Formats: sequence, structure tokens, C-alpha cells
Amino acid sequence: MIEAVKLCKNFKDKKRGDIHAVDNVTFSCKPGEIYGLLGANGAGKTTTLRILATILAPSSGTANVAGFDVVREPQKVRARVGFLSTATALYDRLTAAETVEYFGQLFGLDSATIQRRTNELFKALDMDEFRDRRCAKLSTGMKQKVSIARTLIHDPPVMIFDEPTNGLDVMAARSITDFIRQCRDRGKTVIFSTHVMTEAEKLCDRIGIIHAGRMRAEGSLEQLRQNYGKDSLEEIFVEASGDAQ
Amino acid sequence: MNLRNALIVYRKELRDMLRDKRTIRSMVIMPLVAFPLLFLGIGYISAEFSGEAKTEIAPVMIHGGEDSPKVLAALHDLAGIHIVPYRDDAIREVSDKKIRAVVEIPPGFDAAINSRQPKNISIGYFENNDKSEEAESKIETFFEKYRDQVVRAELAARGLPANLMDPFTVKSKNVASASQVGAALFGGWIPYLIIIFSFTGATYPAMDMAAGEKERGTMETILCSPISRTDIVMGKFLMVVTASVVTAVLSLISLGVSFAWAKPKLLAAAHSTFQMSIEPSTVAVVVVMLLPLAILFASMLLAVSLLAKSFREAQTYIGPMTFIVIAPAIIGALPGVELNWKTALVPILNTSLVSKEIIAGSYPWLYIAAIFGMTCVYATVGIATAVAMFNREDILFRA
Repeated sequence: MIEAVKLCKNFKDKKRGDIHAVDNVTFSCKPGEIYGLLGANGAGKTTTLRILATILAPSSGTANVAGFDVVREPQKVRARVGFLSTATALYDRLTAAETVEYFGQLFGLDSATIQRRTNELFKALDMDEFRDRRCAKLSTGMKQKVSIARTLIHDPPVMIFDEPTNGLDVMAARSITDFIRQCRDRGKTVIFSTHVMTEAEKLCDRIGIIHAGRMRAEGSLEQLRQNYGKDSLEEIFVEASGDAQ
Repeated sequence: MNLRNALIVYRKELRDMLRDKRTIRSMVIMPLVAFPLLFLGIGYISAEFSGEAKTEIAPVMIHGGEDSPKVLAALHDLAGIHIVPYRDDAIREVSDKKIRAVVEIPPGFDAAINSRQPKNISIGYFENNDKSEEAESKIETFFEKYRDQVVRAELAARGLPANLMDPFTVKSKNVASASQVGAALFGGWIPYLIIIFSFTGATYPAMDMAAGEKERGTMETILCSPISRTDIVMGKFLMVVTASVVTAVLSLISLGVSFAWAKPKLLAAAHSTFQMSIEPSTVAVVVVMLLPLAILFASMLLAVSLLAKSFREAQTYIGPMTFIVIAPAIIGALPGVELNWKTALVPILNTSLVSKEIIAGSYPWLYIAAIFGMTCVYATVGIATAVAMFNREDILFRA
């Protein structure tokens, strides 16, 4: 379960002054649900997700992730979250297996559990072939699989994906979207950000349109269509974002 | 800090670093290859050039002496020089290194000796030119012996004993131990080398683990894990200290082995009987003294590297830092710079000077305790700074 209430994040910039990257953002996401955060570049999606993953602290407001407050208990939150984004790269000089093992250790798992989970994940993701190959030598698709295994090693109840298909080819992107569906089917709480409308249409149970740090519209695809009187999510997105300008 | 978590990060960083060719190059190969090559080079060059000066038959011109056949004949018989016909530009010939020296014999030299009138012989040579100095030395020694012969002949003619010339003798004897002699000569440079190598050994790993990780995007990956940021930075910090100490120790071992191996060749080339030895236990004490300094370097480098967004940016910050470290280390190695309460307050310089004292065999315990304690305080402040910076979003996610 994720519950964000009036989340704000302000930055100071020498040239631009105070920047409200996230401005009073409120939304929630239940287990077994995919929540899509839709926004243009610089809308505040990444900052919001980083706050939920406790990589950044909110300036004000609060968020509860898997039963823990992101400000008061960030380590407990992180222990229950799998965070995947194009910004979370892999260590070039570690092999696929070593990477997953390292994160298993960081998540406090014992050796036997790490071994068991690694074998399960490598089999499920068809990774055995490149198990002992260093990450630097892997293709983009293979790297994404390693990243997925890394985020799943501790079997977290909450998954956060920040533009996970950005820069991937069709096949690699498809494997990611399949994986996101599987997470929902296993009852995990899933939130992901994207600026690709088709991805959001195909995957999301509910969508939040974020623009200039503020939540402009929220609801299921059907609800958004009804509210805006338009069929296309792209049209809805443009209108919701345009309302703000 | 959770030690278990910090050690997980440390072990990963160690594995990562050991697979990095650039780290291996700066941490292991450079110290293990550079010193033997350096000494091999110095040994070869010394043997070549120093030996050449000793064995050369030096071309020498003589001005005057036409009316003094005795001294002229003796000079012609002198081994190691070869008399060439005198020319008016003899001085220029010396400065052009065509001849090694020019000897000026005053008119009536032989006659002046017989009439006991002092005369002055002058030798023109090229100062600091090995071959010219060697020729000058041979000629000067020749004239000293020639003068003794004259005096002894005079004494014999008067029926006086020859030992009248030597009522007593003076013999100088080195009373310092070989280790003290070694310390006086090289004592300042050993801490200098350890300081430089511990700093350079820490530089690359610190940049790679802070700015490098930011640039590659792996920093955000590790921040997703549930361990605290303090544990992450401490794991990285321990790795930088390891790299620093390993580089310094390997450099010292390489330096010691290379020097021991090259010493006989160097001494033979210099025709020296110089003895030197520094006890390994002394070096161990110096390494212990330098440990908090290595910790200080590691924390400083990590903190500065964290400021940078990229490896290249980190290099521009750390470049000037190198001068800040090298300057006091060099000052500490200079002869005449002594340990006192003023110099004891200057970081790096104080450790360098106290290490010099330890190598020289004196253990100024008050200074040792004060400087060790002071450096530990600096190191603690350095670690606290690195930890504080690692907990700052504006530094980790600097746009």
C-alpha cells in the first residue's frame, strides 16, 4: 500500500530561485494495483518516486509505504520496496550473480535465502546463460533483467518503477511491461512513471497526471475518459496539462 | 554505524577495485615496477658516468714551466692525465669541456723552491663537472705530494728526521650508527614518500567510488538499499583507506628491496664505503604514525569527490589538493627543518617531521603523542565531513 498526502519537494537553484518540484501531491495505490504517474519531462514524476523510495526526503507532507512513514522510518520503507529506474545502473565489474547476491546481503538476507531466491529469479527471467558474465559485457535487455532480479531479491511487497522502459528496444521494453503485470498479479503494490501514453493505457489500473509538480487529474482510464469527454489518453493528458498553463 | 553493513559494502568495493585495471596499475604495478626501474636507471647511469670520470685520462694544458723542468717532468709522469700542447684559449677549452684543466706554473718555479721563495700554482677547472673536478683533484694531490717531497728532502739535507713534518696525525671517525647515518641522509624522504604514496593511492578509488558512481548511475542503486547512508560511506571509506595503506606499504617494500639490490652497484660506482640500514621495526612505527594521516587523506578525498558530478570534475578539485599535500611533505623532508611546537601544529608537516625523528632513532614521546592525537582529531573531522556530505541530498543529487 502506498499513500502519499500533500507531498512537497522544494529545491533551491542559484539561477532559478526556489523550485517546487513536487507541489501538494496526494494519491494512493493498493496492493494488486498498478498506478501510473503520467507526466512530461520535468513534471515531478522522478522526484515523487524518489521520495516514495526514500532516496529524497519530502520538504513537507507525508507518505506511507507498506505501513511505514517515509520520513520517520526510511530504512524500513526501503526494505519493503523494489525501486527500478533507468538511473539505477549496475556495477560493470560485478557479474549478474554477484550483483544480485550483493543486494541480497544489503537487504539482510542469509546466504541460503539469497542462493534460493537467485536460482528462482534467474530461472524465471531466463538469466542462467549470463549468470557469471560481468554486467559491462551484457546487452541492454540482459542488464534490465539483472536490474529486475536485483529489485526482486528480497521479494518486496511494493514495486516502484521510474520510466523503466526509457531507451529500451521493443523486446526489452516488452519484457519490462510483462514483468510489471506479473508484479500486480502477485498482489504487489505497483507504481510506475512514464510519458508513453500507450504504456499507461495498457498497464495502469489508475493514472495520475502530473504537471509542473502538481497532480492535475487522477482516476481509472474510464473515469478520466468520462471526466474529460475524450477517448484518447493523449488528448486527456494534453488537456489536463494545458489546464495548468 | 552498523559494522556488518559497512563490511558488506567494503567487500563489494574491494572486489570491484581488484578487478579494475586502473586501480591495480596505480596501487600495485606502479610501486612495484617504478622503484626497481628507477634504481636500475640510477645505478646504470651512475656506473656509466661516475666510472668514466674516474678512469678517464684527462687532457690537461700547462701554461709556463719552461724554466722548471723538474716539476714539468713530474707532471708528465702523473698517471691519469695527459698533457696537451698549451693554447692561448685554454680557459675556453676548459669551459667547452675539450680539456679538463689548465695548470699555471709561475716563472722560475724550480729555482724558487731551491731558494725557498713561496710560489703559487693555480689550477683552472670546471666546477661541478665530474671529469674536470676529477682531473683537478689528481693535479692538486700531485702538488701536495710534490710539496711533501720537497720538504722531506730539505729535512734530510739538514739531518733532521722526516717525521718532524708529522708531529701528530688527525683521524676522523664516524661514531653514529649505520641507521643514524642513513636516517640523516634519507630520513626525511621516507615519510615524504609514504605521505605521497598514501595520498596518490587513495586518489583514484575515492574519485571512482564517489564521483564515478554518481556519473555511472550506481549511486542511486545503492541508495535504494535499506542500509543507512553512514554505512555506505563507511564501507567506501574503509576501501579508500585500504588502497592508501596498501599503496604506501607496497611502495616502501619496493623501495627497500630496490635500494638494497642497487646499493652495492651505486656504492661501487661512487667508490663509496657508505653504510646504511634502517630497521624494519622503525619503518613499522612510522607507518603507524602515518595511519591517521592516511585516514585523513581518505576522508578528505572522499568528501571532495562527492562534491563532483563526474570523475573529470573530481580530478579538477583534487589536482590543487595534491599541491596542498605535497608542499608540507617536501618542507618536512628538507634538511634543517626541525620539529618544534610551531611545526608540530601544521598538519602533514608535523607527521613528516616526527617520522624523521623516529627514523633518526630518537623518540620524542610528547611530540609523538601530541601529533598522533592531533592527526586522529583531523581524521575524525574528515570522516564526519564525508558522512555529513553523504547525507546531503543537494550534494548527492547535484544538478
